[in-house]
Order: sequence, then structure tokens, then C-alpha cells
Amino acid sequence: MRRIISVLVENEPGALSRIVGLFSQRNYNIETLTVAPTEDSTLSRLTVTTSGNPQVIEQITKQLNKLIDVVKLVDLTEGSHVERELMLVKVRASGPLRAEVKRTADIFRGHIVDVTSSVYTIQLVGTHDKLDAFIEAVGATQILEVVRSGITGISRGEKTLSL
Amino acid sequence: MELLSGADMVVRSLADEGVKHIYGYPGGALLHVYDAIFRQKEVTHILVRHEQAAAHMADGYARATGKPGVALVTSGPGATNTITGIATAYMDSIPMVIISGQVPSAGIGSDMFQEVDMVGISRPIVKHSFLVKRAEDIPEIIKKAFYLAQTGRPGPVVVDIPKDITDPNLKFEYHYPESVKLRSYTPPSKGHNGQIRKAVDLLMQARRPVIYAGGGVIMGNASTQLTQLAKDLKVPVTNTLNGLGGFPGSDRQFVGMLGMHGSYCANMAMHHADAILAVGVRFDDRVTNNTAKFCPDAKIIHIDIDPASISKNITADVPIVGPVNAVLDGFLRHVTDYSGSRDQEAIDSWWRQLDEWRDSRGGLFPYDKGDGSILKPQQVIEALYEVTGGDAFVTSDVGQHQMFAAQYYRFDKPNRWINSGGLGTMGFGLPAAMGVKLTHPDATVACVSGEGSIQMNIQELSTCMQYDLGVKIINVNNQALGMVRQWQDMQYDSRYSHSYMESLPSFVKLAESYGHVGIQVTTPSDLRPAMEEAFSLKDRLVFMDIQVDANEHVYPMQIKDGSMRDLWLSKTERT
Repeated sequence: MRRIISVLVENEPGALSRIVGLFSQRNYNIETLTVAPTEDSTLSRLTVTTSGNPQVIEQITKQLNKLIDVVKLVDLTEGSHVERELMLVKVRASGPLRAEVKRTADIFRGHIVDVTSSVYTIQLVGTHDKLDAFIEAVGATQILEVVRSGITGISRGEKTLSL
Repeated sequence: MELLSGADMVVRSLADEGVKHIYGYPGGALLHVYDAIFRQKEVTHILVRHEQAAAHMADGYARATGKPGVALVTSGPGATNTITGIATAYMDSIPMVIISGQVPSAGIGSDMFQEVDMVGISRPIVKHSFLVKRAEDIPEIIKKAFYLAQTGRPGPVVVDIPKDITDPNLKFEYHYPESVKLRSYTPPSKGHNGQIRKAVDLLMQARRPVIYAGGGVIMGNASTQLTQLAKDLKVPVTNTLNGLGGFPGSDRQFVGMLGMHGSYCANMAMHHADAILAVGVRFDDRVTNNTAKFCPDAKIIHIDIDPASISKNITADVPIVGPVNAVLDGFLRHVTDYSGSRDQEAIDSWWRQLDEWRDSRGGLFPYDKGDGSILKPQQVIEALYEVTGGDAFVTSDVGQHQMFAAQYYRFDKPNRWINSGGLGTMGFGLPAAMGVKLTHPDATVACVSGEGSIQMNIQELSTCMQYDLGVKIINVNNQALGMVRQWQDMQYDSRYSHSYMESLPSFVKLAESYGHVGIQVTTPSDLRPAMEEAFSLKDRLVFMDIQVDANEHVYPMQIKDGSMRDLWLSKTERT
């Protein structure tokens, strides 16, 4: 089962390597990972998506909590939450295809952020599944390059991950 | 406020932390620190011959005293040589602080001479690590290192210090903090009262209860509480390899070590139990055998200070996170207050069953003494137990001799049995014994080793000479890597691929060349007088090279992938 775990870590050198190292050392899988400083300069926030049965997820959260650099964490998938991923896709767009690509991008509420005579670069924001669906809709043969940010997420409503 | 250089701050912080001995080896990156050591008298430095031994000495000290041991090593190879020692301590949750030198800050990342990413290399085997960035941070970082090493689930902490940070010409205000707090680290101080009550109810209502106690009882100073609880409840106690001594080994309620080479009685008791109180254990695979077949009828109460240990391998029915001694205090109170009934008849019947398992086989660890023409390794340990009156600190290396020591030496007190349980580090025994001897100079310290293990850190005989460390080395010499050979006998049709030791030295002459006493024993009748002689030489290191039966196996031995009760009882007999 796919899980989104959001972690507040000390903004210290080596903290990220401890977290990433923990996953490989204990044979857990990292599907996506995003990390950036927060409004509090002493803290970074890291969002990791992983998968596993409930026992594995319990171990992942417990082992993460054990790291001295980890201040607090929450499994966002345990409650209602908002998740987003950013994707930049470079798509072949010439001849009759040019209009078709634009239409597909509009349907997915994508933005064309760069244009050349033969290529559109499209920015898309959405859930992991939505971005997958766009790639499928455009078709792999038209796509020149894809770059994705990995998932970031936040709980809905009053619930926050903060000190 | 006093002004000190980074180098002086390192040494002064250790002194202010109460450290008496540090074990180490100098080198370029640490020369400022070594100069600071030279100029003071509070902290005594012990020069080892290999940095691995420094880590094991610190470990041995920690296991005998419960306080963190300290190793000090230079950058690069000095640091990497400690890795085995750090991993050994990490696996057994031993408090330790390793201070390593690093190349100057400006050179980090440039592949300088003797540069290695120590923080990176040690990352998976430390509780935490620090790379010091500013000299003025040294006192606080060292305080934090000691705090982390010995609180919560103990473990090794690395402090890596670049050479420029210890520059003797740059001085800073020195103040050693009384305490430190880390916002992300709050080890539990007590267990959940409701869970403790639930656990006591479960234990009181059990018909076939067992206490399964591990190294956490020893490191958590809970031996007194555990013993009291076992006595109050009249419950059998089994110890893990690292838990030996947590409950008196000569007590009738002790049913022996459990697991891979545990007693028939302990393994049968576990398999048939309906309630297991697991205290300070981690359900290691050397205990559980196949986890799917583990103790099918038992409700499991698990006490551990580390929440990640609970339900990692075996799901706990009643998990209790907290310091073992505080939690067991809670147990004792609830047992006194317990108002429910207890099925005394069931408990009596359980003890009749336990006694049958124990006595039908002639004791906890029966073995074939043979016709008396050849010395059995078990007899060596029995003689050691008798000659030392059961009161020695016993360290061991890893292999058959380790298991025989665990089976046949009865540890009645905690912190007396010191061995590498989790990592299984050959070469651990001698330096660990040295760490113990330095801190308990008047105590009897015996290192049970084998001719394979002892050669992994035999250079430390030189350190023993330098500091007059009168440890006794009991070399159980079967001229083979005994445990490897046993597995090859049992699983590889006795194809002894590289399990024998060729070109063994004369251990007697080797010991003598370092100025120690060497004694060789080849016949059973010489064993007892030789051992008495060895232990009568109080202040001398005696190396006893004892020739034993090379074909002896350690039994019982769990059958691979079976339940706890699936055991080989001898070469031909199984349950």
C-alpha cells in the first residue's frame, strides 16, 4: 500500500543522508522524495512516498522516529490530505499534432511554459495519478523528456505537522 | 571564564564527563589532541596496538560498568579500524563514544592523505554522529555524545573532529554544560501504567508462563527487579546470550539460555508457554528460529525502551515502551496489589513439567564426557567456573567456545558475561577483557577464546605487557574453526572448506615472548591443576592453551526453519 510520510528534520548537514540511508539499510523502498527548508530555518520538511504492508510502514515510521535528527513525523495517508506533484514534459508539437497537444494540455489544466517551432514544454501540477494519466493521453512516442518533482503533501483542515 | 584550545577542550570535556580511561592510537590528525593529553593528568590514555582493540576495550569497559567507554583514533585508517568495534557495540546496544580525527576542514572532500568520510562510513552502525564545525562547540557536542550514548536505547556515538578545530593557537571560552536537551530526542522515562496492569493480569492468569530476559535487563540495571518479579510469581526464567547474569544462573528457577544453542528445557518451555514476558530482548533470529512457528500458544508481553524493537520480528500482544527497571518496578507494585485469583495447581503442574524437561536429560546442558582420554571443551568451562568460584568477569570471543562458556559458566550477577552477541565479532574477547581489567584491577578477568578468534587481535598481548593487565586467556584449542566445522559436519557432509587452522604458533612461546606466562594443557588430568596455577598468579597474564576434542559439537542446536522445540540434542538424536 502506498503511503506518504511527512517528516520534520533538523536542518543539519547529514540529516538527509541518515534518512535515505535508513531506507536502503533496512531494505525499504523510496518511491519519491522531496525536501526543502521550512519557514523555521532550523527545520527542513521532507516528504517521502513508500509502500509496504502495515507492519512495514509501522517499522518505517518507528525507525525514522528513532533518528536523532527527526523531530516529528506524520503518515499523511492515515487521514485526509492534499497531495501534489509538479511535472515538466517536453512534447513534440509540429504539424497537425501541435493543436492536439495544446488541447490535451488544456484538458489537464497544464500550462505551456516554453515554446519552440517543434516542441512544447508543458508544466502540470496534480496528483501522481493525474500526471501518469497525462503521459498516457499524450502517448509515449510524442514525449521527448519528463521530469517530476516527487510528491509533496499536507493534511487537510486544522491538523498540522509543526512543533 | 577559562580560555582553551579545541584540543584542550576535547580532553577537558572528557575529564569533566568523569572519564578515567580512554583507549586509542595517535596519528597526524590527532596530534594536537595527543599533545593536550600529554599535558594533563586527569584522563589516562591507554595505547592499543590496533584501533579495533581500542573500540572493543571501550566496549568491554561499558559492559562491565554500564558507563560509556571512550575510544580515540586518528583519521582515515585509524577511524575505519574502529568500524568493527562500533558495529559490535551498536548490535548489542552498548554505550560508547568514539572520537576520531579528521583532515583539516578546508581539505575535506579533496581526498587528502588519511581522509575518509567517517560520519558517512559509520552512519548505519551508530546511534548518532557529529562532525565538529567550530572549536567552541566541542564541550556541548561531547556532552550530547555522552547523553545520547547512555540514555534511551544505548549505543555508540561518533564525534569526528577536523585537525584545524584542535589548533593549539586558537583559544575559546570553555564551559562544560551540566546537561543538554535535544528537542527531537525524548527517551521514555516510564512505562504506561494501564499496559503494565494488563500485563500483570495476563501473567497472573497464565497457566504456563515464562520470563524471557535479554541484554536490556543488564544495560537497564533491572536485574534486581527481574529477580524479585520472577520470585514473586514463581515463574521460570530463560536468558538470551546477552542476558546471562540478569537472573542468577545457579537458581532453580533458571531454565538455561534459550535459542539456537539454548537448553532443551528453555526451548521446550518457550514453545509450550501460554504467556511470555519478554524483557529487554529483540526477538533475534538466534532465539526465535522460524518466526512463523514461534511459540504458537503464547500471549506476548514485550518490554523495551526502543519502540522500534516492539513488533519488529514478533508481534506483541501487550507492548510496553519504557526503561526496563522502572517498568518492572510497576510490575512489582501491581503484583502486590493484584486481587484476582491465580491457578496454583496449573503453576505446580507447569513446574512438574519443567523439572521433567530438565531432569530427564540429566540437567540443563548434559554432554558425553567420553572415556576420559581426551579433554572435552565443556570440561574446560566447568573447571573455569569451579576454580573462579563463579565470580569472574568472563569475556569471550565467537564460536563454539563462546557457546560452551554461555552454557556451562553459571552467571549469578549482571555485567559479568561480556561477549559479542549480535555481530558475532571474532577478536572481541581479549581487548574487551583488557577494558574490564583496567577498570576492575583486582577482579578476576578471564577471556575464553579459541585459536581462531584469539589470533584476530593477538597483538594486544603487547598492550597487556605495557599496562600489566593480568587477564587469563583460556584458549579452547581444537585446531579448527569449531563452529564453522560443526556446520560443515551437519550441512555440508563434513567437507571442511577452510575451517581448519594450519600453522598454529606455539601459544606458550608467544605469550612468553611478550613477557607473560604460557601454560599448555594436553591431558584431562592436567586441566584442574593448571587452571588453579593460572588463577593463583594474580598479577600475571596467563595464556592457557588447552588442547580439546576437535570433533565436539555444541548441543542442543535448533533445526533450521523449525520452531523453538525443534532441536538436535546430539549428533544422532533430535526432538
